[in-house]
Amino acid sequence: MSQAALCIPILPPAISRAVQVLPLLPLSLSLTAYSRRVAKNHPSLFRRLGDYGHARFILDPTDLPFVIYLEPNGGAPRVTVRRRSVTADGEARIAGPLAALLGLVHGAYDGDALFFSRDLVVEGDTAAALALRNAVDDAELDLAEEIGGMSGPLAKPLHRLIGFIEGRTGVFLSRPEEVAPW
Amino acid sequence: MEIVCPAGTPAALRAAVKAGAHTIYCGFADETNARNFPGLNFDRAEMREGVAFAHAHGAKVLVAINTFPRAGSEHIWHSAVADAGAAQADAVILADAGLLDYAARHHPDLRRHLSVQAAAANADVINFYAKSFGIKRVVLPRVLSVAEIAEINAETDIETEVFVFGGLCVMAEGRCSLSSYATGKSPNMNGVCSPASHVEYVDTNGKLEARLGGYAIHRVGQGEPAPYPTLCKGCFSAGDKTGYLFEDPVSLNAEQLIPQLAKAGVTALKIEGRQRSRSYVAQVVRNFRAAVDALEAGRAMPQGMMARLSEGQAETTGAYKKTWR
Amino acid sequence: MELTVGTNQFFWKSDQWASLYDELATAPVDRVVLGELVCSKRLPFYQDRIEGAISTLVDAGKQVSLTSLALVTLKRERKMTAELAEIGVDIEVNDLTALAYLPENMPFSVGPLVNVYNESTLAWLAGLGATRISLPPELPLASIKVLTAAANDLGVAIEVWGFGRIPLAMSGRCYHARLHGRTKINCQFACEDDPDGLQVRTLEDQPFLAMNGVQTLSDSYACVAHQIEALKDAGVSSLRLSPQSTGFVQLSRLFRQHIDGALDAATLAAKARELGSDVRLSDGFLSGARGADWSGDAPAA
Repeated sequence: MSQAALCIPILPPAISRAVQVLPLLPLSLSLTAYSRRVAKNHPSLFRRLGDYGHARFILDPTDLPFVIYLEPNGGAPRVTVRRRSVTADGEARIAGPLAALLGLVHGAYDGDALFFSRDLVVEGDTAAALALRNAVDDAELDLAEEIGGMSGPLAKPLHRLIGFIEGRTGVFLSRPEEVAPW
Repeated sequence: MEIVCPAGTPAALRAAVKAGAHTIYCGFADETNARNFPGLNFDRAEMREGVAFAHAHGAKVLVAINTFPRAGSEHIWHSAVADAGAAQADAVILADAGLLDYAARHHPDLRRHLSVQAAAANADVINFYAKSFGIKRVVLPRVLSVAEIAEINAETDIETEVFVFGGLCVMAEGRCSLSSYATGKSPNMNGVCSPASHVEYVDTNGKLEARLGGYAIHRVGQGEPAPYPTLCKGCFSAGDKTGYLFEDPVSLNAEQLIPQLAKAGVTALKIEGRQRSRSYVAQVVRNFRAAVDALEAGRAMPQGMMARLSEGQAETTGAYKKTWR
Repeated sequence: MELTVGTNQFFWKSDQWASLYDELATAPVDRVVLGELVCSKRLPFYQDRIEGAISTLVDAGKQVSLTSLALVTLKRERKMTAELAEIGVDIEVNDLTALAYLPENMPFSVGPLVNVYNESTLAWLAGLGATRISLPPELPLASIKVLTAAANDLGVAIEVWGFGRIPLAMSGRCYHARLHGRTKINCQFACEDDPDGLQVRTLEDQPFLAMNGVQTLSDSYACVAHQIEALKDAGVSSLRLSPQSTGFVQLSRLFRQHIDGALDAATLAAKARELGSDVRLSDGFLSGARGADWSGDAPAA
């Protein structure tokens, strides 16, 4: 029994080039503000991380020129965005096209299925990556909704990033009500 | 037939209920259940809320307390049974004889199911468990053919529940120490098999190598499906042969056997995967609900739906067909 | 501390099978468990030798038990298990199925393939008539201590896996048959060429497991040489030695000497290694980070 492979959209190089010019410090600050907002709305997410609540995760959207360092920091999370060329250590690295990472966050894709199909690559502490994935899956996050609820100067870089990506089909920027991508 | 669905998180429980699950099974976030994975499972409050949500939607909740209590620390398992009862769970799924004995004595009104981890593989031992502990249902081990399941049902009044989809144990469940031999963590004692904490992926020369407890379990080339490094589905050598000596990296899909299982007298169909996402759970539940609804309406089984969700994207009907052995 | 010879887990030719028990008559062991544990298809090949082996051992003053099959599914296997109770020797239960057939109040032993992990299970079995329990090899020393204390209160003797390839898993599938491209039904007894199991190696050629028909064992031979004192202190009454095709009686003598203080642990381990070919040792289930670990001086398994 076989079936057509799940097609994860990959961002075109034009987007990647355009995003490259984004200033990373404001983006880091705004993502940190965003993650604190998530922390406030979803405290159980951090409880679920258990032993890994103080780990450092590297989220690597392979079709973008930067990587995201996420430190849950026991419920007061910090997010740092760095150029891919700048390397730093983390407990676990989760890499895949942005659409796969966002689809995972939004419950559109199953982590194991993405892993089996090699759309997602996990390196380092596999248990830490698993804890993050499970905690996020339970939180039923909706990125666009939460970003939409943000205002002030810290929200601007995020709105700008969304502006770059929005409209491209297949990238789950919101939590879909009913998903049947496979 | 009853569809029994996994839920590793409250979100997955709600997704499964909404997708049409008759029954959900889940566990507490500790070593008392056989999916003791990082980030998974329910605390006491979540269990109460989960059961209430399911009941409000006409679904049942079974609480798996199916590891073998540790000597000197049995109170952890005893309180899990008590708390499942207090949360209004519809039944507990137990494997250990001592724990079954405890539950039967102290919580006689809490319905008891015999876990697959007890590997009760014939009618005589099932009836013996029923006589000893008053179990009402047995989850059959994945070593039986459909014909053997029919024979069991002919000789017992205890309800039978069988796995139809998801990860597949090749070994008789509850009687396997491969994982603790390689990693120190076992399904029976710690509720984990081939735990992620002992998994390492190494990319060498374009090949992805998976290691468990330092043992190379398999290597896959660029673009090939990557199975999880479960010991019994590893690639090994014996004599002059190299390959998947125990089992291929496949997962169980007995969807097409549902009519035969119904005829064999099976009460409930179980889906494996408390470690899978809420989207997976919803997807699989929807498909299986459609299948049993079709069966009950006398329609043909819907054709293969979910290869993508399967491990290594390959499927088997496992022991249900005798040639598997 | 006594010595028990566990069931031979492998498939031997009937003459070799019978001669093991002839030799054991003069070995310094207290108890012998025999019969078929792993695969019901093997039994007919040596079934007619069992009675003789039992008489030889009983005449030599050994206690004798007959094992039940480890995984009972087929009608013939249920019948075979039910008939055990009629033979008149002690039964070692290795699948709870056997309990369904034992007459009430008939004492019995419990083998290492029954999951006895805690005091409640132990007490439940003692209540049914268990007088001796051989603990699952996966248990750590801490559990063994707690269980032995509980067993002493109930008058149950506790035995621990002392030496031999460790039984790790049972399956409905025959791996020997699969390896030879056959089904279990038409296995042609592929397992009989491997009297100590067939080594399973990793992709890096590291010895890891051993296959034995439907059973999977460790590659390493468990050896409690370095834990004897701790086991004695815990009140463990017997060590179980698992038969191997070479030097087994000599192995039992070495263990006897070691228990009696006449042979040190390192020498026992070294000599035990020499009795087989290509033998690695482990004692990690008792005290290591994982089952495969070895606390002795030699390289780990």
